[in-house]
Amino acid sequence: MPSIAVWKFTSCDGCQLTLLDCEDELLPLTEHVRIAHFLEVTSVSEPGPYDISIVEGSVSTPEEAERIRWIRDQSAILVVVGACATSGGIQALRNFADVDEFRSIVYARPEHITALATSTPISAHVTVDHELRGCPIDKGQLLEVLTALLAGRAPDLPDTSVCTDCKRRGLTCVMVAHGTPCLGPVTHAGCGALCPAVNRGCYGCFGPMNQPNVPALVPLLRRSGMGDDELHLVFRTFNANAEWS
Amino acid sequence: MASQVFDLSGLDALIGVLRADGRVVVGPLLRDDAITLAEVKSATDLPSGWGVEIGPGHYRVRRRTDTAVFGHSAGPQSWKRFLHPPHRTLMSSDSSGFHAVQDDTPDYAFLGVRACDLAAIGKLRQITGGRAPFVVAAQCTEPGEVCFCTSMGCGPAAGPGYDIALTERIDEQGQRFLATSGTAEGAAVLARVPAREAVPEDIALAEQDVDAAARNMGRAMPELDLRDLLAAGRDSAHWEAVAERCLTCGNCTMVCPTCFCVSVEDHTDLDGNAERAQRWASCFEIDFSYLHGGAVRTSGAARYRQWMTHKLGTWHDQFGTSGCVGCGRCIAWCPAGIDITEEAAVLSQTMKHGGDRR
Repeated sequence: MPSIAVWKFTSCDGCQLTLLDCEDELLPLTEHVRIAHFLEVTSVSEPGPYDISIVEGSVSTPEEAERIRWIRDQSAILVVVGACATSGGIQALRNFADVDEFRSIVYARPEHITALATSTPISAHVTVDHELRGCPIDKGQLLEVLTALLAGRAPDLPDTSVCTDCKRRGLTCVMVAHGTPCLGPVTHAGCGALCPAVNRGCYGCFGPMNQPNVPALVPLLRRSGMGDDELHLVFRTFNANAEWS
Repeated sequence: MASQVFDLSGLDALIGVLRADGRVVVGPLLRDDAITLAEVKSATDLPSGWGVEIGPGHYRVRRRTDTAVFGHSAGPQSWKRFLHPPHRTLMSSDSSGFHAVQDDTPDYAFLGVRACDLAAIGKLRQITGGRAPFVVAAQCTEPGEVCFCTSMGCGPAAGPGYDIALTERIDEQGQRFLATSGTAEGAAVLARVPAREAVPEDIALAEQDVDAAARNMGRAMPELDLRDLLAAGRDSAHWEAVAERCLTCGNCTMVCPTCFCVSVEDHTDLDGNAERAQRWASCFEIDFSYLHGGAVRTSGAARYRQWMTHKLGTWHDQFGTSGCVGCGRCIAWCPAGIDITEEAAVLSQTMKHGGDRR
C-alpha cells in the first residue's frame, strides 16, 4: 500500500486540514494509502522513504531549507499545496522589507528568532512534481491529485483563468454586469469560481494563471473603483511573491 | 403560414401547452442583475419591463418604460449551455466493463430565441448534432448597442429553423404577440393556444418593427470579404496591438453561442471507477494547443488571431458558413471590451495601407 506523508513548513495548517475535510472520502482513502506521517492526525511518524509527500508551507528558516531537501530525497512524488508552498504565502511580504527590522519590532527577544530574509516557495529549493494553488487549496483538486497518482494517470489541473470555470458554471460576470473589481481574468483556475458564485470579485488567492496579462487588467480594476492602495493590497496578499507579470 | 395574435395570457397558455407536452421550457429570467436563461414555468417568470444597457465590457439591466417581456438583447448565457453543456460525461467504466452514458437531455422548448441565436443554434447543431429543440423565436425589434446580426446575415428577422415566431408589440392597443408558425409542429401547438386571427395590419406592423431594427444595429462589420481579410492579415502587426489589451481569459469563447471546443479528460475514483468527460475548452487556454513537447500558440497575439481567424474565416472552409452570428456577446462580456467589429475594421485599414507587417 503506498505511503503518504504530510509535511508542514511555514503556514497556518489550513491546507493540510483540507485533507481532513475530505470527510466522505477520507476513510476510503485510508484503505488505499498508508498515512506514514501527518501530525494533524497522529503522533505516529514512520521513517522514510515515502511514496507521496504532501508539503504545505513556505521555506522561511534555515532549518526548513535543510528539511525540504531531506523530504525530497525521501519522496518518490512531491506535491506542494497552497499559496505558501507555491509562492511563499502572506509571509513573503517580508521579501519587500527588512526582516531584521520586523524582528526587532515584533518580538520581545528577537535574538531567539532565526529566520531567512525571504519566504520562498518549495520549488525555489527542490524539484516539485505537482502544485496545488489556493489559500486554502480546493478539496476537489486535492482528491483529483491523489486519485490520479494512485491510478498512475496525470492529474487534471488546468492552469487557465478563473473565468473559464465561472462561465462553465453559468455565472454572470460580476465585473461586466455589476462593476465589481475581479481578478478572475488573471488568476489561476481551480477554485471553481467560488467568489463570483456569491457575487464577489476574485481576489487572486490561487495566484497568477499561466501568462497573466495584469497590465491589461489594472485599468479595468481602476475603472471598477480600485485605487492605488487597493491595487497594491490585492496583488500583494496571498501570493505577493508570485510572478503576476 | 397562418398567423394569430394573443396577449400575455396567450403567451402563458403557449408555455402551458409546451409544458403539458412534456417539454422543459427555457426562456429569459432575471437573475443576478442579468437576463439569464433558465426554466420558465409561466409567463410571470419572464423579465417583464426589464431591458438592458450594453457596451464593450459593460452590461446593466435597466427598467423599461413598458412591460415588454422580450425587450432585451443577448445576455451572459446562450442556448449553447443546453445544446452543448459545459460538462458532459461521455462514458464510464467499473470492474464490470465500459458503460455508455444515457442521454438524459430533456425535450427542450426554447422561448424567446432571437434571430442571431436561432442562426447560432443551427451552426452549433451542425457540429454537435443531437435532438432539435422546439424553438419559439422572438423577432428582434430592439437591437442592443453591441449587436451586428445584419452584417452577418443572421437577423434581425428570424431565419428558418423556428417552430413558432413571436413579434411582441406594445402600443395603445396594449401588449400583444403576433405568432406565426414555421413548422407543422409549431402550427399544431399554436392551434391549442387561445388567440384571434391576425389581420393584415398586425403583420404589417410586425414587419415594420423588424425592418426598423435592421436600421438600428449598434455595430457593423466592415463590408468586405472577412475570409480574405483574415487570410491576408495573418502577419499583421495588429495582432500584437490586440494582445496588449487581451486578457486571454477565454470569456469571449465561453459566451460565444457557436464556440464548440471541448477538452476531454479521464477521471478515476478510489473504488476503481473511471469516467471520461468533456468540458468547454477555449483556444485562449495555453494548454489548448499543447502537442507533444509544448503548446504551439503561446502568445496572446497568436491566440486572439486563432480565435478571430477561425470564427470569421476558416469556419467557412470547415463548415461552409461563418462562425459568427453578430450577437455581440464577445464584445459585451470581454472584461477589456475588445470589439471584434472594431478589430476587423482596424485590421482592414492596416491591410489597405500595406506594409504594416511584423
